[in-house]
Amino acid sequence: MSKSAVLILGAGSDMARALAHKYASAGHDIQLAARQVQRLAADQADIALRHGVAVSLHEFDALDLGTHPGFVQGLPSLPGIAICAVGLMGQQGESQTDMQKAALVMRSNFEGPACILALLANAFEQRGHGILVGIASVAGLRGRASNYVYGASKAGFVAFLSGLRNRLARGPVHVVTVLPGFVNTKMTEGMALPRRLLAQPADVADAVFRATQKRRDVIYVKPIWRLIMAIICALPERVFKKTSL
Amino acid sequence: MSTVSGWGQYPRLQAHLRKPQSPEALCALAQNGGPTIARGNGRAYGDSAINSRCTIDMRALNRMLQFCPDSGQLVAEAGVLLGDIIAAFLPRGWFPYVTPGTKFVTLGGAVAADVHGKNHHKEGGFGAYVDWLDLVDHSGQILRCSRSENPQLFQHTLGGMGLTGVIYRVALRLRPVSSGWIVQKRQVARDIGQAIALFEQAQDATYSVAWIDCLQRGAAMGRSLVMLGEHATPADLPPKARATPFAPPKRRQLHMPITPPSWVLNRATVRAFNALYYWQGARGPGHSLVDWDSYFYPLDAILGWNKIYGRRGFAQFQCVIPLAQAEAGLRALLAAISAAGAGSFLAVLKRLGAQDSPLSFPMAGYTLALDFPVTAKTLALMQQLDAITHHYGGRIYLAKDSRISRDMFHQTEPRAAPFARYRQASGAAGAWASAQSERLGL
Ligand SMILES: Cc1cc2nc3c(=O)[nH]c(=O)nc-3n(C[C@H](O)[C@H](O)[C@H](O)COP(=O)(O)OP(=O)(O)OC[C@H]3O[C@@H](n4cnc5c(N)ncnc54)[C@H](O)[C@@H]3O)c2cc1C
Ligand SMILES: NC(=O)c1ccc[n+]([C@@H]2O[C@H](COP(=O)([O-])OP(=O)(O)OC[C@H]3O[C@@H](n4cnc5c(N)ncnc54)[C@H](OP(=O)(O)O)[C@@H]3O)[C@@H](O)[C@H]2O)c1
Repeated sequence: MSKSAVLILGAGSDMARALAHKYASAGHDIQLAARQVQRLAADQADIALRHGVAVSLHEFDALDLGTHPGFVQGLPSLPGIAICAVGLMGQQGESQTDMQKAALVMRSNFEGPACILALLANAFEQRGHGILVGIASVAGLRGRASNYVYGASKAGFVAFLSGLRNRLARGPVHVVTVLPGFVNTKMTEGMALPRRLLAQPADVADAVFRATQKRRDVIYVKPIWRLIMAIICALPERVFKKTSL
Repeated sequence: MSTVSGWGQYPRLQAHLRKPQSPEALCALAQNGGPTIARGNGRAYGDSAINSRCTIDMRALNRMLQFCPDSGQLVAEAGVLLGDIIAAFLPRGWFPYVTPGTKFVTLGGAVAADVHGKNHHKEGGFGAYVDWLDLVDHSGQILRCSRSENPQLFQHTLGGMGLTGVIYRVALRLRPVSSGWIVQKRQVARDIGQAIALFEQAQDATYSVAWIDCLQRGAAMGRSLVMLGEHATPADLPPKARATPFAPPKRRQLHMPITPPSWVLNRATVRAFNALYYWQGARGPGHSLVDWDSYFYPLDAILGWNKIYGRRGFAQFQCVIPLAQAEAGLRALLAAISAAGAGSFLAVLKRLGAQDSPLSFPMAGYTLALDFPVTAKTLALMQQLDAITHHYGGRIYLAKDSRISRDMFHQTEPRAAPFARYRQASGAAGAWASAQSERLGL
C-alpha cells in the first residue's frame, strides 16, 4: 500500500476500532497500540482481511512514559497520522475522595496522551510531515460538578493540543482536536443519554477522517454540540455555578 | 429490561439484553445457569431470538479471522453480517453459496436457522457449506463441531434455532464467482400448475423463485412470474462493464421515515406486479442482467420497511408442502388466502430440495411465504393455513413463526419430540430456551 500508515493509540476502544476500519477502508496500513495488545489479535486479522492492508500490534501504556521513545522506535514505520484515543472517565464520586484515583484520571487523559503526542510531533516535524489527532471531549470546555476531574484533565489536553498546533502552524505538521459529545461506547454503556445528542463510534471515525483530509483544527462530531457548548461556555460563572448540567 | 421483538415487531417482549465483547465474556454468560438464548441481527420474524431472562446479542463478536483463497473457506465470528462478507469478498471474486432474502443476517443466525436461498433445490442449505463451528455449551466451554468432531451436536446446531448453545465461530465455504451480476430469465405462469411445471423444468437452474398474485381465484389462481438466475461471467456483461465485473451497483438506501398504511404498499406492489406480468406475457420469456444486490436483496434498499405495518406488527406465514402433494396443497392454501382477502397481495414460491436434518426447515417440495398484518382475522386465517399445511404433510418455518400453537406444531413436526429429547439428554434443555421454544415445547 502506498498510503502512509495510521497509528492508533488506545486501540482497544470501540471508537478506536471504528477509526481503524475507516482508515483501513481507505487503504492505509494500521498500527494498533494498546495495553495487553495481544487481545486485539482478532481485530488485527479482521481489519487486514476486510480491507487488505497490513495491520501490526504494539504494546503501549500511555502512563509508562519511559517506554515511549522505544515504542516510537519500534514501529514498522513512522506513521503519517497518529490518533490518540486514550482516555479514562473514572467515577466522579471516587475522584472526589480518593486522590490516587483522581490522579489516575488526570494522568490518563492529559499526561499520557500529551507526552506521546509530543514525542510524535517532534518526529513528524523532523521528517517534514504528519498529522496528530487528539481525542479530547466537550467535557474539557467547562468544568461541571458531575465530572470535573475528567473534564479538567481533558481541558489540559485541549490546551496542550492548541498550543502544539500553534507551535507547528508554520510548518507541515498539523494537529486536530476532536471534541466528541456523547458517544455510544463501553465508556457510556448503561447511561441514559439523549439519542439526538448521541454519536456512534462510526460517526466519530467519519468525522476524524474528514478532518484529517481537510486539515481541520477543531471538530465537534455532531454539529449541535458546537451550539450547546457555545451556550454553556457563555453562561456567566455566577449563573453557571448554580446549574446542574 | 428492554423491549425486544423480531423483524415482524410481533410479539414485543421485555428482555435482559447482554452484549459480550469478547469470547471470554460470552463463555461467562453461558455459565450463568438458567435459560438463555443467542440473538443475531433480529431478522427472524417472531420470538425465536428472545429470552426474557437473558438474551445474548452477538453483534459485537463480528470479526473475520481467516480466509483461505484455495478452498474459499472463511473463518469468522458468528456476529459478522452476510452483507459484510459480501462487501469484503465479492471484490475478490467470492460470494456466499446460500443467502436468504436479506443480507442483514448474522452468520450465527444463518447457521441456527439453516437458511435456504433460491438455490436449495440444487445446492442445499446454508449448513451444507459450514465446514465446522465452535459452539459455547452450557458449561461455558467452546466445542469444535463438524461432520467428524461432535457430529451429533453439529447436526443439531444446524437449524437448531440456538437451542444447543451459542455459535461463536463458523468456518464457511464461499463460492467463486466471476462477476457481481446475475443473468435473470423471467417467465409468466397462468396458474399454479404451470408455475410448478416451470420450476420442475428448471431443475438445473442455479436460482429459481416465483412471485404469486394472491388475488386471483378460479382458473387464474396461482398466476405468477417465475424467475431463474445464473451467475454471470464477464462474457455475459456489456463490453463497458467487463473490466470491472465486481463494481458495486449504484443504489441508494431509503429509510422508511413515516409509517404509510400497508394498503399503500400493497397497491403499489400489485400494480407493479400486474404491469410486469402483462409486459412479460406479451414479450415471452425475457433475459436481463441484474446486479447482485437488487437480485438477492430487493427489500434491503428500503431500511426499516418492517415498520410499515404499524405498531401491531406483522407475521409471515411460511410453510413447505412435500412434492407429491404440492399442487393440491398450494391450491388449497391459495384458495383460503384469496377467499379471506387478507394479507399481502404477493406471495413468494420456491422449490426446495431434499434434506435430512434434526430440525432444519427444508424438505423436497414447495415453500410458500407471505406477510400478514397481525389482526384477529389474519391470526385465524393463519391457523387455517397451518391446518392445510398439516393436511398435506407439510411443516412451517420456525424462523418466520410467531404464533403457531404448540399442538399444531407437534402435529406438523414429528421431529420436535426427538429434538427435545436430545436437548434433555445433552443438558442443553435447561440452559438454552427462547420464547418460541417455550411456547412450542421444543
Ligand atoms: C426480508 C427477509 C427475508 C428473508 N428471507 C429468507 C430466506 O429467503 N430464506 C430463509 O431461510 N430465511 C429468510 N429470512 C429469515 C432469516 O434469514 C433468518 O431468520 C435468520 O436466522 C436471521 O438471522 P439473524 O442473524 O437476524 O438472527 P436472529 O433473528 O437474531 O435469530 C434467529 C435464530 O438464530 C439463533 N441465533 C442467532 N445467532 C446465533 C448464534 N450466534 N448462536 C446460536 N444461535 C443463534 C437465534 O437464537 C434464533 O433462534 C428472511 C428474513 C427477512 C427479514
Ligand atoms: N464515550 C464518550 O461519550 C466520549 C465522549 C467524549 C470523548 N470521549 C473520549 O474518546 C476516547 C475513547 O473513548 P471510548 O468512549 O471509546 O471509551 P473507552 O472504551 O473507555 O476507551 C478508552 C481507551 O483508553 C485506553 N487507555 C486508558 N488508559 C490507558 C493507558 N494508560 N495506556 C493505554 N491505553 C489506555 C483504554 O484501554 P484499556 O482497555 O487498556 O483500559 C481504552 O481502550 C477517550 O479518550 C474518551 O475520553 C468519549
